[in-house]
Amino acid sequence: MTGALVADLEASADERVIDVRDLRMRYGSKDVLDGVTFSAQRGEVLALLGPNGAGKTTTIEILEGFRMRSAGDARVLGVDPAAGGERWRARLGVVLQSWRDHGKWRVHELLHHLGTYYSDYSTARIQRPWPADELIEVVGLTPQRNTRIAHLSGGQRRRLDVAIGIVGRPELLFLDEPTAGFDPSARREFHELVHRLTDVDDTTILLTTHDLDEAEKLADRIIILAGGRIIADGSADQLSRQVEGESEIRWTRDGARFVHAAADATAFVRELFKQYGEGIADLEIRRASLEDTYMTMVRDFEAGRAVSGFER
Amino acid sequence: MSALRTAARTGFARGGIELKQTLTTFSDLWTYLLPAVLLLGTIFFMRDAHVPGTSFSLGTRTLPSSFGMGLAFAGLVTVGQLLIVDREDGTLLRAKATPNGMAGYLVGKIVLIGGMTLIGFIIQLVPGLFLVDGLEVDAGGWLTLLWLVPFSMVATMPLGAVLGSVFDNPRTWGLIMLPMIGLVAISGIFYPITSLPGWVQAVGQVFPVYWLGLGMRSAFLPDSLAAVELHHSWMHLATFGVLSAWAVLGLVLAPIILRRMARRESGSAVAARRERAMSYPGR
Repeated sequence: MTGALVADLEASADERVIDVRDLRMRYGSKDVLDGVTFSAQRGEVLALLGPNGAGKTTTIEILEGFRMRSAGDARVLGVDPAAGGERWRARLGVVLQSWRDHGKWRVHELLHHLGTYYSDYSTARIQRPWPADELIEVVGLTPQRNTRIAHLSGGQRRRLDVAIGIVGRPELLFLDEPTAGFDPSARREFHELVHRLTDVDDTTILLTTHDLDEAEKLADRIIILAGGRIIADGSADQLSRQVEGESEIRWTRDGARFVHAAADATAFVRELFKQYGEGIADLEIRRASLEDTYMTMVRDFEAGRAVSGFER
Repeated sequence: MSALRTAARTGFARGGIELKQTLTTFSDLWTYLLPAVLLLGTIFFMRDAHVPGTSFSLGTRTLPSSFGMGLAFAGLVTVGQLLIVDREDGTLLRAKATPNGMAGYLVGKIVLIGGMTLIGFIIQLVPGLFLVDGLEVDAGGWLTLLWLVPFSMVATMPLGAVLGSVFDNPRTWGLIMLPMIGLVAISGIFYPITSLPGWVQAVGQVFPVYWLGLGMRSAFLPDSLAAVELHHSWMHLATFGVLSAWAVLGLVLAPIILRRMARRESGSAVAARRERAMSYPGR
């Protein structure tokens, strides 16, 4: 009976996997989070962006159940993370930035062992844990199957961290700066792994990153935090449209180089050709990248805050 | 119920794996062998000395006393140290991120330290038997070992866990050794407590080290040696009483303090400790 009920709950596709309302965190007199509200649907990949100290890690740690919030409402998989039990914990995955823990353990030994904690929490839909050998192959550590963890390279260790995070086949995965310290090819492999998790297993992912390119590639939605508040929330496209998006247009005419910024690049280029026609060469139009958008938003926010701070 | 079973199952597996790892790691083998070598060396040089007022070898008396000391050290120092190290490197945070992980971790540590203590004990006992004469374990002695050894764990491990939770930095943990060594000196381990001033005897009798040494002597030495102890008796009832008091104190404090410590664990707490550790040169 309860098994069917649980399976039924898991099956409702419009279930909000994360639902946060007016989240606040205060240390002493400093508000680290100042009314954060957002939600995530099943299967969605959400990226939290923001400058250092914006509250990204605090947010993720509250949702992981590792930190108590000062105020506000939070639901993760329908449960208050401050009161989540072991069954709730079994449905979450947390990728931690490892350092030198479990150094004497071998890769397969640790993944197999950690998997056994999840075997009580299999459901009709999700078979837990992920068999260790299969998981090792997914993260590309097969040659290191029996290597002591202390002897892994930095990149291999991070892949092991990811494997540990997903060994329980989580419905929601938290990734705090997952690719910090990855080389470009490891980063690409990691991105493919994330796509596989969301496409095949319908895993919801909340990640923080400093890498805007990564956010653009992985995330369905991007939330920009600054000063403990959400200053933008939308897809990379939506965000760049929110900012007065000036595209950069470059061309040459009679051997001379020109650069111009325009809000409506198409109209500008039409006019350009009308005037000079065949004289235009090497035309290049660069839309505002997520990085430009992000920098503009954070700068505007900080300028606004400086002004309001002055007024006070 | 099922959570408890999971904790026991995963914890025993964890403890077993880690015990096997310590036995196949060269640097860990030293932590077993070095104390044994030091102890046996000490006893070897004591072989011609006698327990004051008797013709009984002082070395023979010291060996079981130091078994008691070993139990106390395992419960207080090893537990605390493993806890601090596991907290700093994020092992504990991983346990926290795993369902029933903390329970499995704690059971695993108990199994690991219990196993390490037993192995260390055998490594000291077997060569010790060849080195000294006069050790004898009768039926009563076995009975004493049967309750004393598990009880020593209950009396000391929770306290060790409390100490390990209170200290945050592995590099200051070494300081705990100073009072421990002082405690050994006043607990009649290497020399009878009766030769110390009365007030020092009183202090020594507050702590578990003295009682564990006494209990182990009662198991391994002939009953006639009880005559040179305080009150001319093995004082089993008092041993049980004092260890019980420490056990109750530890079992009351440990869950509260462990829970408080675990609650504070998070990715950023581990990251902060990593930064701190990296700022120490040569580590």
